[in-house]
Amino acid sequence: MQRRQSFKTQKQPLQVHHKNQTDLSAWRKGGRIDPEKNVQNNQSPNNQKNDSKQGSLEQALSYFEKVQDRVSLKKNSVLQKHLTTVESIALQSGLPPEAFDVLLNVALSGKLADTVNTRLLKSLLPASVIPETSVVSSVSWLCVSKCSGNIQLLFLRWLIAVFDFIDHKEQLHALYGFFFSFLQDEKMCPYVCHLLYLLTRKETVKPFRIRRLLDLQAKMGMQSYLQALLSLYKLYCPELVTITLPGKMKTYFKNSEGPWKAGINTVRRRNQENSPVFQPLFLGTAQPQSRKRKWNTQLIIPVSSTNTNNLEEDEKKNRVLYSMSESFRVEQLQTFSQLLQNIHHLEFPSQMGSVLTNPLLLHYMNCIKDESIYLRLYYWMGQTLQEECTWCAVDNNQDEEEFKDFLETVYKTECFLQEGFSSCEEFLYKSLPLWDGFCCRSQILRLVSWIPLSSFSEIKSHLYDPLAQFFFTSSLYFKCSILECLKELLQNWLNWHVIHLDSESDSQVHSLNTTHSELLNVVAELIHFVGSISTLALRLENNPTFLLYFILDFYETACDMYLRYNLPLLIMPPAGVFYPALLSMDSVSLNQLCYIMYRYRTNLVAAKENELSKKETVQFRFSNQTYQEYNQYITAMVGCLWTSSVFQKDIHPQGLRMDDELLKKTAVQEFKNSFNIVYHPAMMGYAVLFLQQAWPDDTTFNFSLIKGKKWNWYLEYLYAHGLKGLKVFIESSINRVSQASHSKAGNVQV
Amino acid sequence: ENADPQRTAFLLRKQWTLYSVTPLYRFSNAHLRDYARLLSSFIAAEKQKGLAVEVGVELDIKVSVSSLPYLKGSDQDQAAILVQLSSRSPASPKNSEEKLIWSGWFCCVSGDDLSKNVPEDFTCLPLFLVNGAECYTSIVGSWFQKTFDCSFRRLAISPLILSWMAAMWTGCKVDKTASAMELVFSVPCLPQPLDISYAIHPEDAKALWDTVQKTPGEIIQEEVDVFMDCLYSHFHRHFRIHLSATKLVKVSTAIASAHCDGIIKFLQSQYLTGVLMLLTELAISQIE
Repeated sequence: MQRRQSFKTQKQPLQVHHKNQTDLSAWRKGGRIDPEKNVQNNQSPNNQKNDSKQGSLEQALSYFEKVQDRVSLKKNSVLQKHLTTVESIALQSGLPPEAFDVLLNVALSGKLADTVNTRLLKSLLPASVIPETSVVSSVSWLCVSKCSGNIQLLFLRWLIAVFDFIDHKEQLHALYGFFFSFLQDEKMCPYVCHLLYLLTRKETVKPFRIRRLLDLQAKMGMQSYLQALLSLYKLYCPELVTITLPGKMKTYFKNSEGPWKAGINTVRRRNQENSPVFQPLFLGTAQPQSRKRKWNTQLIIPVSSTNTNNLEEDEKKNRVLYSMSESFRVEQLQTFSQLLQNIHHLEFPSQMGSVLTNPLLLHYMNCIKDESIYLRLYYWMGQTLQEECTWCAVDNNQDEEEFKDFLETVYKTECFLQEGFSSCEEFLYKSLPLWDGFCCRSQILRLVSWIPLSSFSEIKSHLYDPLAQFFFTSSLYFKCSILECLKELLQNWLNWHVIHLDSESDSQVHSLNTTHSELLNVVAELIHFVGSISTLALRLENNPTFLLYFILDFYETACDMYLRYNLPLLIMPPAGVFYPALLSMDSVSLNQLCYIMYRYRTNLVAAKENELSKKETVQFRFSNQTYQEYNQYITAMVGCLWTSSVFQKDIHPQGLRMDDELLKKTAVQEFKNSFNIVYHPAMMGYAVLFLQQAWPDDTTFNFSLIKGKKWNWYLEYLYAHGLKGLKVFIESSINRVSQASHSKAGNVQV
Repeated sequence: ENADPQRTAFLLRKQWTLYSVTPLYRFSNAHLRDYARLLSSFIAAEKQKGLAVEVGVELDIKVSVSSLPYLKGSDQDQAAILVQLSSRSPASPKNSEEKLIWSGWFCCVSGDDLSKNVPEDFTCLPLFLVNGAECYTSIVGSWFQKTFDCSFRRLAISPLILSWMAAMWTGCKVDKTASAMELVFSVPCLPQPLDISYAIHPEDAKALWDTVQKTPGEIIQEEVDVFMDCLYSHFHRHFRIHLSATKLVKVSTAIASAHCDGIIKFLQSQYLTGVLMLLTELAISQIE
């Protein structure tokens, strides 16, 4: 490659810089396409996939670099393979800058058949930029006429299509004369004109060129492309071009972007998608423009200050008009320190929708609690969501990918501000009944988790009913996603409550009471809803551990509301959740349940103590029913895991109480202790391993050996294997009077 | 209810495309001339966008923004705002008269529901009506969106509302001999679009409506349903086609004509504000 280039360099007085031509291995190690874009968030399978993709591209490139004679495509499977590799990678993610030199060289050198060259040229889609040097060297190939006219033409069209992707243009400008000389070719003339139109500067307008163009016009007639170039010349040098040109034309150049335009757009979109989650938030003001056709909806709005700026000449008038003093323009706002310095005279942008992608303005918004700011955002967002919603809107012009991105942006903004938008809430209520449960699923569920906590009484019919429909008719995975999102919702509500309790505690303690009890009802309604769908789902799906994990995860938040979030509300899981977890085949669920029951106990004990000491908060006393339920559950649990008395002592109506007669019919020996921590199906695995370690020679698996001192060792063994939930549960809820007798369940009742 | 026929004449017998608009932020009636100037430079800039050079002489577009204070329903309503674009031919710049190429107006007739709920900084003109090329709508609309932070959405009219319009307008008195009432239905799920036009003599329709309506000056949903069902069964008796299975797409009467795509034509100046009141209500429900 090096030699060939120097050969060409001799032939033509061109300066070719080599600094951009890094070798391929360096490219592979370094940032693939755009170093910014794969900093984080690339899961390892993705990376591997990329690595193998890059490997095959590397092979293909080195093949094309070395390919010598005319190889027939039909007969050569190696060529076919490499060609397909280049094409598919180009269409997927675009080609790296280094690839252009190799591919342009081979496509224009005439070594391969025109069909191959055409396919190569058509797949030259840039992932980021195209090095100027590779374009310059391909122009030199054009001058030696090794390739056919069609390929030359295609190359010119490609050059026009990707013109904006070329990293520098100085040397290209130096080639102006060469391009100009191609005008004589009748076929190439329109495209050359377009290219010259892009390259022309004032200093390139010369009388001899004008004469040449006029000659051409005389020869070829009034062609729109010639007129375009002439009018550009006339604009730069009106004194040199004296002819009158006809009025405005609609199009000067035929669509020469040809086959590349769609490809470039897809690549660009895909590369944007792969960028790390939070990147758009922190890019500042430079945002990609939405490629919308409709004028009335723009999903991503660039930040711009109120439009007084373009009227500098009428400043006096404007001052009166907009009463603007020395305000700091939002476009200039780039850093956090700038925000701090100018916070007193910063104005919000002309369109509030633009704050969504600007973290600095979101910070500012957080400080300024002005109703009109929120109202402007509310209107804009509400209209945009409805207009762009792919399953609500009447006309089907919506772009699902774009809408998905928008929902994602809205969600990220909500996370950033730590509060939900009411326009978003209303949108969900309106659109959930029409939703197919599939389109933009994860985005919709994430937005659900940010529905604000309010005493809105219709939440059942607007949110829970449609969600329940999806829940019961969908896959296990979707069920888990819904539970996850409801857990997030509960957490967001609780966080919101804590913050508001803090900010209001000084001022309006009294006004709290009424609204507070309403809010408690709303939270309680959510927990009851999750309880009921969980019960049904466990029956429907036959108690899978996976589902149980998500259910118990929800209760890990719900069991701690009093102590962690200062919310005087505790709701026990229904029996349909409690018993499947207690009798689960999996130690993870059992351990989780133990932890949850331990936290319930801690919260209830704390509440009882507070009730006894502080008389004034008596209106938030937990109902006796909660204590009762807790006591029933704890009796069952202790009876199950510890005292082996569950079949007698469980008093819960849906509990495990059974007559001895019935139990004898099962023909299980030792049925009494069959759910204690040794025999419980979730624990037996540990018991076996423990026996193997404690009595390596004994192969009879005599579980009854685990008692007395060994029982304590066994407990230590379990704790050491990560059953921390079990540990805190046993340590808190079981009063072990003496080490020897393990049959005493002590003061567990609260 | 009684806008001057002279002053509203220019709004009649033109097709207006409907949009809903969210409240305008920091809009002031005192600066209409400045708005016209800003908008006109915005239009000039937009028209040059995408062209490296402008060749030839661009049509000179003049913008006027004015207030129509007589177009409102209640005292709380903002005065309607009229935006007009007219062109002067470049050939004879001075003497030739201007040609109106696009007009649009914002209005609010009895929109108290919305206007009483928004703070002072906002101006409620929820209904926007446009006559002219889409490219100008887009430029003017974008300018308003950018300047007053508002959002535009096309306002479609549902078949239910169309049937209300049919019933309401049937009951209205018109002086001169009125034209026929026409309902257009579109048959869904066909490979070829098929529209059914159903024309009724206005006096027949009025007679039917009078038997249906119980209290004059008041209309309820049941009455509208009965009215339409009567028309449907009459049609069925003659043509064996169930119109209830089709979609009502257009209603034209002597008062006005409305298309489900959100296009309206006013025909009687005395009923102008009445129709606008209904449309304002529709626009508000789309915003909220």
